[in-house]
Amino acid sequence: MAETATTLPPAQRAPRLDLKTVLTRHGAWIALALLILVNLAITPNFATWQTLNVNLTQVCAIVIVGVGMTLVIATGGIDLSVGALMAIAGALAPLIFLGKLFPLPHPAIGIALAFVVPVLVTGALGWFNGWLVTRLRIQPIIATLVLFIAGRGIAQVFTNGNLQVFNLPSFQFIGLGRVFGIPFQAILMIVIVAAAAWMLRRTVFGRQILAIGGNERAARLAGIPVTSVKQRVYLISGLLSGIAGLIVIARNSAADANLVGLGMELDAIAAVAVGGTLLTGGRATVLGTLVGALIIQLVRYTLLANGVPDAAALVAKAAIIVLAVWLQRQSHR
Amino acid sequence: MNTTSLKLFQGIGRYGVLLALLSLILFGWLRYENFLGAFNVLSVLRYNSMFALVALGMCFVIITGGIDLSVGSTAALGSVVAALLSPYGVLPGLLGGLAAGLAVGACNAFIITRLNILPFITTLATMLAASGCALLLAENQSVSVSYESGFTELGQGDFLGFPIPAWIALVAYLLGSLILNLTSFGRTVLAIGGNEDAARLMGLPANRVKALVYLASGGLAGLAGVILAAQFGAGQPIEGVGWELFAIAAVVVGGTLLTGGVGSVGSTLAGVLLLGLIFNILNFENGLGWISLSAYWQSVIRGAFLLLVVAIQARLSMRTEEAA
Amino acid sequence: MAPLLTMQGIDKRFAGIPALRAAELVVETGEVHALIGQNGAGKSTMIKILTGYYRKDAGEILFDGKPVAFSSPQEAQRAGISTIYQEINLVPYRSVTENICLGREKRRFGLLDWPAMHAEARALLARFNIDIDVRRPLMVYPTAVQQMVAIARAIGFEAKLVIMDEPTSSLDEREVGVLFDVIRQLKAGGVSVIFVSHKLDELYAVCDRVTIMRDGRTVQVAPMTQLSRLDLVTSMLGRELTQVLQEPHDAHPSEGDGRKPVLKVEHLAAGRKVRDVSFEVRSGEIVGLAGLLGAGRTESVRAVFGADKPESGTIKFDGRENAIAAPSDAIQAGMGFCSEDRKLDGIIPDMSVRENLTLALMPHLARRGIVDESRSRDIVDRFIKRLGIRCSGPEQRIRELSGGNQQKVLLARWLCMNPKLLILDEPTRGIDVGAKAEILSLIRELAGQGLGVLMISSELEEVVEAASRIFVLRDGHTAVELRGDAVNEQSVMAAMAHGHESAREAAHG
Repeated sequence: MAETATTLPPAQRAPRLDLKTVLTRHGAWIALALLILVNLAITPNFATWQTLNVNLTQVCAIVIVGVGMTLVIATGGIDLSVGALMAIAGALAPLIFLGKLFPLPHPAIGIALAFVVPVLVTGALGWFNGWLVTRLRIQPIIATLVLFIAGRGIAQVFTNGNLQVFNLPSFQFIGLGRVFGIPFQAILMIVIVAAAAWMLRRTVFGRQILAIGGNERAARLAGIPVTSVKQRVYLISGLLSGIAGLIVIARNSAADANLVGLGMELDAIAAVAVGGTLLTGGRATVLGTLVGALIIQLVRYTLLANGVPDAAALVAKAAIIVLAVWLQRQSHR
Repeated sequence: MNTTSLKLFQGIGRYGVLLALLSLILFGWLRYENFLGAFNVLSVLRYNSMFALVALGMCFVIITGGIDLSVGSTAALGSVVAALLSPYGVLPGLLGGLAAGLAVGACNAFIITRLNILPFITTLATMLAASGCALLLAENQSVSVSYESGFTELGQGDFLGFPIPAWIALVAYLLGSLILNLTSFGRTVLAIGGNEDAARLMGLPANRVKALVYLASGGLAGLAGVILAAQFGAGQPIEGVGWELFAIAAVVVGGTLLTGGVGSVGSTLAGVLLLGLIFNILNFENGLGWISLSAYWQSVIRGAFLLLVVAIQARLSMRTEEAA
Repeated sequence: MAPLLTMQGIDKRFAGIPALRAAELVVETGEVHALIGQNGAGKSTMIKILTGYYRKDAGEILFDGKPVAFSSPQEAQRAGISTIYQEINLVPYRSVTENICLGREKRRFGLLDWPAMHAEARALLARFNIDIDVRRPLMVYPTAVQQMVAIARAIGFEAKLVIMDEPTSSLDEREVGVLFDVIRQLKAGGVSVIFVSHKLDELYAVCDRVTIMRDGRTVQVAPMTQLSRLDLVTSMLGRELTQVLQEPHDAHPSEGDGRKPVLKVEHLAAGRKVRDVSFEVRSGEIVGLAGLLGAGRTESVRAVFGADKPESGTIKFDGRENAIAAPSDAIQAGMGFCSEDRKLDGIIPDMSVRENLTLALMPHLARRGIVDESRSRDIVDRFIKRLGIRCSGPEQRIRELSGGNQQKVLLARWLCMNPKLLILDEPTRGIDVGAKAEILSLIRELAGQGLGVLMISSELEEVVEAASRIFVLRDGHTAVELRGDAVNEQSVMAAMAHGHESAREAAHG
């Protein structure tokens, strides 16, 4: 490394706009555009409202969780517990609106509580993750592994592992409802993405997140409250996981603690990585995470729509992740 | 310098998990009939031998300061390949599963040491890829193994009254312990995890050793897959979900530092058995009929155990830092 | 007899900036050779080129009569060059034996022969009169023992040449004595030693000859006995004493005597390197903190800023005593701190000039957590203009800027906070001459407006020119306070070299 560094020419004054820079900077967008073009050419019935809705609903939960994951990764951390937290929220909500936890004075209150309580609980658990990371100084990957393992168990214990089936349109609006023909969950996703993107760019908190991920020592010396910022980031990740959990059970009209959010942590991390967020922290793009999730979903959709088995899509996904991270490394040299 | 806390730190790593294991066994022996009966002991060993193999590989990887998330789906892939090859005999099945695991391990090694991509993200990707390959080969269903070729003996058979998978795990652990303690390769593994830069400056071949460690982890996961197929009579393309994190938990409970540099093969085995016994004891407890704890409690208790161990580790290392 | 090592005409550039210019180093067989120079003089680069860590751009290395060009430290080690690095480069969790024997293990039947390795480790350590349990992890032993283990490891390789980069920085007097005995043993056995140290006493105690480097060049090679301490220091700093004496010493701007002290530090102790440090800064005054490397300058100011925990002593800032527990407290109270290592502790490389500049100010620029972009832009534009920061615009990434401009951004980071005290640790390191002058004149101007400035710099010329008072640190103690006419390079150098009394002599005599 040292040798190559020394043979480089003196630092360039102006950024050159060669192919490699373009590819590495805007690779995710280009890939998405290419995918759409390819699909327009080869996939039958691609340019339909239906296709858009299908693909959007597929990525909603991933993107919402991915937003929290983006923020966590931006500080240089990771959150493995998101899937388990989704399961907890998904298990709690039906218990509440079905009146199994406590008697309900009024169904509407039950539904309101079914939205609020699970999300607060997962938020608290996210805060607990942050506490482990900042106060006990446990590596994020291990700190969140605790809830990854125990979290789903907690959800299963709540429900005794039973499938909870329900039919409650007012609650399920979050997953099935439509506004002007657009799925409500897609709108929710867009709102969350927009809010997080704005937060990251415009607020003190957002800048502090990036500063910590970019250089934690320098951030501390510049007076940034590193502990509290990190703490809040894990809290947000917990809250968003809870919301995603609610969406998933509403969509399925059923809550299965064994399945809700299973493997979500990996999907979310993959979306973040493909979207161009630096996995070591300091550079993050929430919009990129949306694009990353869409790329992964579209590749899968393209392969499926053209008769390639789902399993092969997994291999393709793996290749995309490695390629994306490798390209990122090239640009970051 | 606070040497007592350091001693405690070392002691907990080495003997804490052993003590916990022994007290759990004692508890079970006093409380339940047949807990130490041959049937229970042998079935616990038989079932947990797969996890033990995966955890052994993980132990080496973690000691170098890395992580291998692909072991679960590698085991699934291994089980499918082994099942497909089982009609040709025991050896083709065994070698096939092993080779599949080694192939995934080789991918990991290449990406991590040559392309310089973080182990976490590399093995996340190969996890997906291995799982995809397993599903493709198995055509999305479990693949029955051949019962004629004697392949199932690898999972279900006994040798000298002891389950064959347990023999395999035992041999692997003895070898692993030997390699870690008595070869320069093993000591290099420990040195890399302790301080990779220092290891390089000491003139140790860090990259080669790291590559070999991921290769070994893949191979062991493949072997675990072979046992999985033989034990349950089928290659299971969707098995292995969460194995990697179970293995990490076992390694950490065994006192291996996640930051690398410290670790022991023996206490990893103890960690595997400890986490395995929690399940076993829950079964017995329910059998007594006093209370009825669902099997789901096991992951809650496992998580709590992990929390306890890492919290103690964190406390101690914070104190050592302050003392230093 | 031909010398053991000859390095000739060594050139090395980093990103176009020369680090070594035709540097030379000749070490005879069986001699202890001192290599000294200021920070950035090129000592470490020289050593790293020798051991194959860097590749040279030009020049020739002869080792043991043969031309060599090692491509890695391993290769150098195999050829007989062992290095002991300044930071202990060992594996803390592993046993002492492993740390000594890794890389040349003893085997029996293909397996490691632990008893033999333990015996060897014990034997090597016995040369240092150290008798410890070699099976225990290295981290349980004190730093001095760890340093000895590093040395034992190097010697164990049966090297022809042992390089010691500040080996005594963590040893006490007795341990230094033991180390010197070992060095003499090595010498008697025909082994050569390159000894890098900033402690002049040690050089005289153990070294035969000395090579002095400055600005990437070898400026002097001589037997130790022919040079006095003052010769060494002047040669390192690059100014002839006579020249210094003849220079007209312009009256220092403001002595600041009438004003109230903004910072008063008394008997500060923090960590190994800061034992008893006292100094004060008045508002509108530039105070220099001088001392050789390792004298505890950086560590002292870090403790003042709340970045490290002080053990004892009082820090009184703006009338309040010991009120600073974290950098954020210090910033709140009106302190700014430009750290020595811009890359590690200063810039956030991936962020823009604007974001870096407003990093500390950000909370004050925001209403309900939302950054007021137009105000932020106004402020940034003003400072870019005011400080003459050369960048393509406020949104350019700071990593693309030159060192001098990065430093100006970091200065602006604090100036926009309107601080009462600015601590500058090596503000001109790695910066080209033009930017240096600009930054120095800016600092002076700011002090003229009432800002208190505490400045650390290894470039004496700079401190002497800017500061009205200088506190000289030596081995973690405040050795002397120089003020008025005593603020000149000669007395600072004398204080750095000898400590208290001689400084006074030099100042008055």
